[in-house]
Amino acid sequence: MTGSPFIRISNVTRRFGDVVAVDDLSLDIDKGELFCLLGASGCGKTTLLRMLAGFESVDSGSIEIDGIDMSRVPPATRPVNIMFQNYALFPHMTVDSNIAYGLKRAGLPRAEIESRVTELLRLVRLSGMGGRKPHQLSGGQRQRVALARALARRPKLLLLDEPLAALDKKLREDTQFELVDIQERLETTFIVVTHDQEEAMTLASRIGVMDAGKLVQVDSPRTLYDRPKNSFIADFLGTVSFLEGKVKSAKGGMLQIDGPIPVTAVDPGGFAAGDDVRMAIRPEKISLSRESGGGVNEVKVMVEDMAFTGVASNYRVAGPGGVLLKLTQPNMRRGEPALEWEETGYAAFDPADVVLLRD
Amino acid sequence: MTRGISWPALWLGIIGFGILYVPVTVMVIYSFNSSRLVSVWAGFSTKWYGELLENDAVLEALGKSLWVAVNAATLSTVFGVLIALAFVRLGNFRFRLLLSALASMPLVMPEVVTGLSLLLLFIAMEGLLGWPAGRGIDTIIIAHTTFGMCFAAVVVQSRLRDFDMSIEEAAADLGARQPYIFFSITLPVIAPAVIAAWLLAFTLSFDDLVIASFVSGPGSSTLPIVVFSKVRLGVTPEINALATIMILLVAASVVIASAIIYRNSAGRKAAAATGGSGHES
Ligand SMILES: Nc1ncnc2c1ncn2[C@@H]1O[C@H](COP(=O)(O)OP(=O)(O)OP(=O)(O)O)[C@@H](O)[C@H]1O
Ligand SMILES: [Mg+2]
Repeated sequence: MTGSPFIRISNVTRRFGDVVAVDDLSLDIDKGELFCLLGASGCGKTTLLRMLAGFESVDSGSIEIDGIDMSRVPPATRPVNIMFQNYALFPHMTVDSNIAYGLKRAGLPRAEIESRVTELLRLVRLSGMGGRKPHQLSGGQRQRVALARALARRPKLLLLDEPLAALDKKLREDTQFELVDIQERLETTFIVVTHDQEEAMTLASRIGVMDAGKLVQVDSPRTLYDRPKNSFIADFLGTVSFLEGKVKSAKGGMLQIDGPIPVTAVDPGGFAAGDDVRMAIRPEKISLSRESGGGVNEVKVMVEDMAFTGVASNYRVAGPGGVLLKLTQPNMRRGEPALEWEETGYAAFDPADVVLLRD
Repeated sequence: MTRGISWPALWLGIIGFGILYVPVTVMVIYSFNSSRLVSVWAGFSTKWYGELLENDAVLEALGKSLWVAVNAATLSTVFGVLIALAFVRLGNFRFRLLLSALASMPLVMPEVVTGLSLLLLFIAMEGLLGWPAGRGIDTIIIAHTTFGMCFAAVVVQSRLRDFDMSIEEAAADLGARQPYIFFSITLPVIAPAVIAAWLLAFTLSFDDLVIASFVSGPGSSTLPIVVFSKVRLGVTPEINALATIMILLVAASVVIASAIIYRNSAGRKAAAATGGSGHES
């Protein structure tokens, strides 16, 4: 059985009337992974999660968890627990009873339930609040009760639907690390849904980016950022400048590309002379200075816009043919004053930092 | 907008409440009249209440009324909850609008019509099925349930409509199944509405004269029927005392029902208002 993944989603489709919420989606997830589903609102993230939990039927395709086909397994008996987008705490029960609900259903002895509830409260740092009702808790505390309740039955798979959406920025950042910490300690497989790309980057070992019911790219956060497959991904994750051109020659692992800005790029393979290409460059990979360095991929530009953000300055500069480049310069250089508005200078980037997109 | 007192509105309010409560107040006062003549005040006395306690016919009718009201209210609540669940949960099924209109019809149906139609039904059923054998307490309970459950359904439906369905899914996710989910999650959350519905149905049944007179049989007179037949022989202070007790009972259940509904909605509002803001201990 080795080699078969913990979760196997094969060609799953779910329609609501005319809307295809999840479209022929396949995905494998390994045991103990913290997987993030990332995508814009309405792209089908919640629907996919609800199908894993068993609340939504699957129109076609199949879902296997731990080698068992889930099509006939009701939510109550799946080795899966879900933490709802709105927490869905039982309003008439105390925190303790909320957490104990699933344990009672599992038929655990009372002493064991009590000790597990105490342990879970400590895990989510809510010790001493077990007697409160949900409406006596803050948003962050409620979120942690929901997490404890979902973890109580020690599910093999925990699904979290935008677990941190209701929290303010500071609390969210703290909780992100807590979540990763808990996941590592319990070694449960987590699938976290979010539409916040920064959150996905912080949490996940792998990210699946969804668009209109399909997975566009599944990779580690770094690969996704550095090597986006197409312009949708490049644009969705962080800022990027796009360049267009035509391959002039492909020799010795390098591409010479003609366009408003001539570019030398490392050839990822599969490009030939005459191909039209679209390229992306991250802003922090472009340097800007007054003097020409004389290397490859250097263009003369004029500063159109500049914004100081503290650790860095963000520039928008115009190159030949009106091509706009977005770039970020760290505020650490002493001596040379930063370029100002309407000044001209030289922007340069390394051939290895040019991402060739396959749209 | 001025926040000052609007005099015409205040006067209208006073007149409105006056129309509602002056007659009742007069009646309550005269129930403490020591004279047998209803319109002549002859000093304070509680002797009519004492006499009432010795009147077996009245006490028996009171017992029957309470029995009928408790049973009808319980049945109404059970059916009302089921109707409400069906309308809120089954989504947009065919004929939904028609059905919901039909379900609320008894709310506006003239009582005489309801009473008469039920009487005809009972007679027809007796002829065909041999049940109910004659008319009595059972037929009154059934009759009161038929309209009580419509009121109960309306009360429960409004609560069920803003019931967060995902907590039922959460319960299922944690290993629970129906009907355990209903009794451990749904019912406790809608409990205030259910209790209010029960009290409302109780009041309606306890009050009812018209329908009960149609479907009651010999020896099954409820309190309103007894009061009404006594009044036909002339109003006595005894009747006033009896009516005062009835008002007390009905008022108490209405006050409790409103208090439950009010407290519950206030609590929910407070919970919504504090949502997100922290109060760490
Ligand atoms: N029960 C439903 N009935 C009809 N359409 C639905 C239903 N649930 C989801 N949809 C549709 O399916 C699509 C995907 O919805 P889904 O809730 O999965 O999006 P999401 O990615 O979770 O979005 P968000 O980030 O806003 O939560 C949407 O177009 C939505 O309108
Ligand atoms: Mg969603």
